[in-house]
Amino acid sequence: MTRGSVENFESPAKGLKIIGKPIPRHDAWEKALGLTAYAADFSLPGMLHGKVLRSQYPSAKILSIDTSKADRLSGVRAVITAKDVPRNESVTRFGQTHTVGGGFEGLYRVLADKKVHYLGEAVALVAAETEEIAKKTLELIQVEYEPLPGVFDPIEAMKPDAPPVQEGRPNIITHYEVVKGDVEQGFADAEVIVENTYRVPFVDHAYLEPESGVGWIDESGVITIRVSTQVIEHFRGVADVLNLPHNRVRVMGTYVGGGFGGKEDITVEAFLALLTFKTGRPVKLTYTREESILSHSKRHPYVMSYKTGAKKDGRLTALKAQLVSDAGAYVYLSPWVLLYSMVDAAGPYRIPHVKVDGYTVLTNNTFTSANRGFGAPQVCFAYESQMDELAAQTGLAPHHVRMINYLEKGEALATGQVLDHHVGLKEATEKVLDALREGSPAAGKMKTGKGIASGMTSYGRMVFLHDTSRSHVSIEMDGSVTIRAGVQDIGGGQASSLCQITAEVLGVPLEDIKIYIADTALTPLAGTTTATRQLYMSGNATLIAAREVRKVLIKKAGEILGIDPVKLDLADREVIDKEGTGKGLSLKEVVRACASDGLPLYHVALFKAPFRNVAQFERIEGQVFPDFTFGTHGAQVAIDEETGQIHVLKLISSFDVGRAINRLSVEGQIEGGAIYAMGYALTEEVVLDKGVTRTPSFSEYLLPTSMDVPELTTLLIESGDGVGPFGAKGVGEPSVCSVAPAIANAVYDAIGVRIYDLPLTPEKIVKALKKVKDR
Amino acid sequence: MKKQITLTVNGVKRELFVSPNELLLNVLRDQLGLTGAKYGCGIGECGSCTVLLDGEPSLACLTLAIAVDGSEVTTIEGLQSRDGKLHPLQDSFLEHGAVQCGFCTPGMILTGKVLLDENPRPTEEEIRAYIRGNLCRCTGYTQIVQAIQDASVKGKA
Ligand code: FES
Ligand code: FES
Repeated sequence: MTRGSVENFESPAKGLKIIGKPIPRHDAWEKALGLTAYAADFSLPGMLHGKVLRSQYPSAKILSIDTSKADRLSGVRAVITAKDVPRNESVTRFGQTHTVGGGFEGLYRVLADKKVHYLGEAVALVAAETEEIAKKTLELIQVEYEPLPGVFDPIEAMKPDAPPVQEGRPNIITHYEVVKGDVEQGFADAEVIVENTYRVPFVDHAYLEPESGVGWIDESGVITIRVSTQVIEHFRGVADVLNLPHNRVRVMGTYVGGGFGGKEDITVEAFLALLTFKTGRPVKLTYTREESILSHSKRHPYVMSYKTGAKKDGRLTALKAQLVSDAGAYVYLSPWVLLYSMVDAAGPYRIPHVKVDGYTVLTNNTFTSANRGFGAPQVCFAYESQMDELAAQTGLAPHHVRMINYLEKGEALATGQVLDHHVGLKEATEKVLDALREGSPAAGKMKTGKGIASGMTSYGRMVFLHDTSRSHVSIEMDGSVTIRAGVQDIGGGQASSLCQITAEVLGVPLEDIKIYIADTALTPLAGTTTATRQLYMSGNATLIAAREVRKVLIKKAGEILGIDPVKLDLADREVIDKEGTGKGLSLKEVVRACASDGLPLYHVALFKAPFRNVAQFERIEGQVFPDFTFGTHGAQVAIDEETGQIHVLKLISSFDVGRAINRLSVEGQIEGGAIYAMGYALTEEVVLDKGVTRTPSFSEYLLPTSMDVPELTTLLIESGDGVGPFGAKGVGEPSVCSVAPAIANAVYDAIGVRIYDLPLTPEKIVKALKKVKDR
Repeated sequence: MKKQITLTVNGVKRELFVSPNELLLNVLRDQLGLTGAKYGCGIGECGSCTVLLDGEPSLACLTLAIAVDGSEVTTIEGLQSRDGKLHPLQDSFLEHGAVQCGFCTPGMILTGKVLLDENPRPTEEEIRAYIRGNLCRCTGYTQIVQAIQDASVKGKA
């Protein structure tokens, strides 16, 4: 296969040559050849090895730290504790372009000082000539702790007499509400009411590449960090830690071996900066897998009480919910995640009366933050289980109860945000139902069942953050094209789709394009690779930049050919006359003519998401997100009633993706997301026992393997009505939203019992079945 | 005390000095600069470090370099033919979108290659069973399984 080859494929979007086709991604070659230099694959001469000493207690006072023995070990070049950090505490802003306050800024503490708040919190850093010596150094640092009582349950932590996790602040970080109509009136109008409490667990991102990076000081004194990250713009935070001007820290993002939100917060960057600053030498730091599981953020566990009311014909009348999320020991992105959950809490349904209360609460558990879906999958499990409970109560089909309540374009969410783009739920559900009907795999003696669930997930950041992205497109003298954009590529094809967009606009084959990404010094900043925002934001920025370059080329070509530029097009490295007069020019010739005239053969574009300001955050109202992606999952399961084992036989995903920029990538995201979330549904749980992680490896923390994966079907809808380039919507995170409830609903269909807590383990199934029998 | 060993790595004989406790993974990555084999867990639970030892898929994170003195080692860097052409399985991975973040890819491709060497026409079930020790967090495996199957069907491997 040659790079950039496009198979003969009819694109659904008329007139597009490269957009919409299933094309191998530009980064796939190096990856398949094993050439991609991930963070840990890079080394420098004279490089030291860094290690982190971590707390053994979830809550303890640090009485003393004695590093004298460690300092004396031969081969040790640095031992750093909190007292050595120029600015150990700062406020994290996570690449906010607009400062919003409102509890959105979490305390960021580089190293624990006087107290540790969770097991695995960083206490000291070392750098040594070899990894062995670095490990030995950790053993020689003597930390005297005095264990303190901790609080490990968010409901407990909310009580007034609970021990405070962070000095001087209440454990409840945030309380939000969503209010629509009069919820008590809504329940008075209801003929059926279902009320349940749902629980979802801590989850690890379990990217296969552990956190890693290399730091060094360049010849001009700039602290440079080459790191696996979703956010190169942490360079500002790193500079703050060292009390350096922002332009004295440079972050270069590598191709990331999986992110899923876990590399959105800072990981090794500040540690590397401190060690390299102190030693003047390059330093590499890579977490062990165990260290990664112990110390990085987790998906938020939630306790969710839901009460949903409907008429006998299935029409929803009211929804009342209380969400409590466990933020762990530090704030990080917890208020933001909760805000997403609040907006999504009532689901994509028309409900006249809604009241949702949400709290996020500090505990002495591992801190929690972004994880693929960012607060959407948690509430989806609850609201979609509720929909099936309502179906059971009313005797209506689960899909019917959904169909009659789905929101449509032009209608508003409970927050008042009007959905002004296509809502593809009806089509998605119909497609899923059709696929579920098709011949089911045999299941022997086991009980089989089918379930569906629908979901909504925003793409793009909250509008009050005033999100922006930039991209630079230029064309060289030989007609080859360069893109420079500060996007982080975490494996979702983020860089590759920018190449496709540019190739489409400039009429060149993909192999003529070279992209440079993720360098705070050299690529225009494109914001975070989070919130399913890169295609939307940087895709649009790149589209603008490429179109500007195109304009210059076409105008010049028109002059040379004496043809009205509107009649000209760019295709196959040529300027062609659309009217087929046969007149034309090679792209190269036009570029040369432009260069000779001093015309700009580049453009830096700035794309701005819609900006809105929010008066206050306590009550969430109005437009919070640019748009949403809607979709439905269907599952068929077989259950062994003796062992409680659930076998997923089929998993069907249908989404309105707006426009598939690269069909292979879109399907890959949706399939990968389905299995990521199947793990959430069935096996994945970071078990914390009074703050102590009991699942520190892949033999306890169980990811889906190739053996667990069912038949996957992906059914795309292309409304062309997204806010991304060419009408695309985002899919990276939406792809996980409704998998767990679809499986839980299929389990209910198979054996008539509902499990209210994820994951749906065999033990829970057996226990629930026994309870039914004993009744 | 370092000891001298000889490994034939991707067809080239290499004389190396290694400590008794040095892992093959580190020798390949740090001494030979062959970083295609990855550290994903270090304890044999993910398959990211897979290399071929005398043609058999092996976990380099669990293998002491000294213990495989005299062996032939194939890493992902050695799979491409000398004229730079991709191995048919690499081609198939590209064509099927079986590469996302790519971190599992070297291990997956090497494991898949051995399967096709041993069993040129595996069923889907056989493929799933053979690669079960190689975790992938991104793809959901389906495109990987299809890539391996398609390479076999096309008789390319
Ligand atoms: S690194 Fe060897 S199996 Fe995970
Ligand atoms: S492609 Fe990312 S782990 Fe497999």
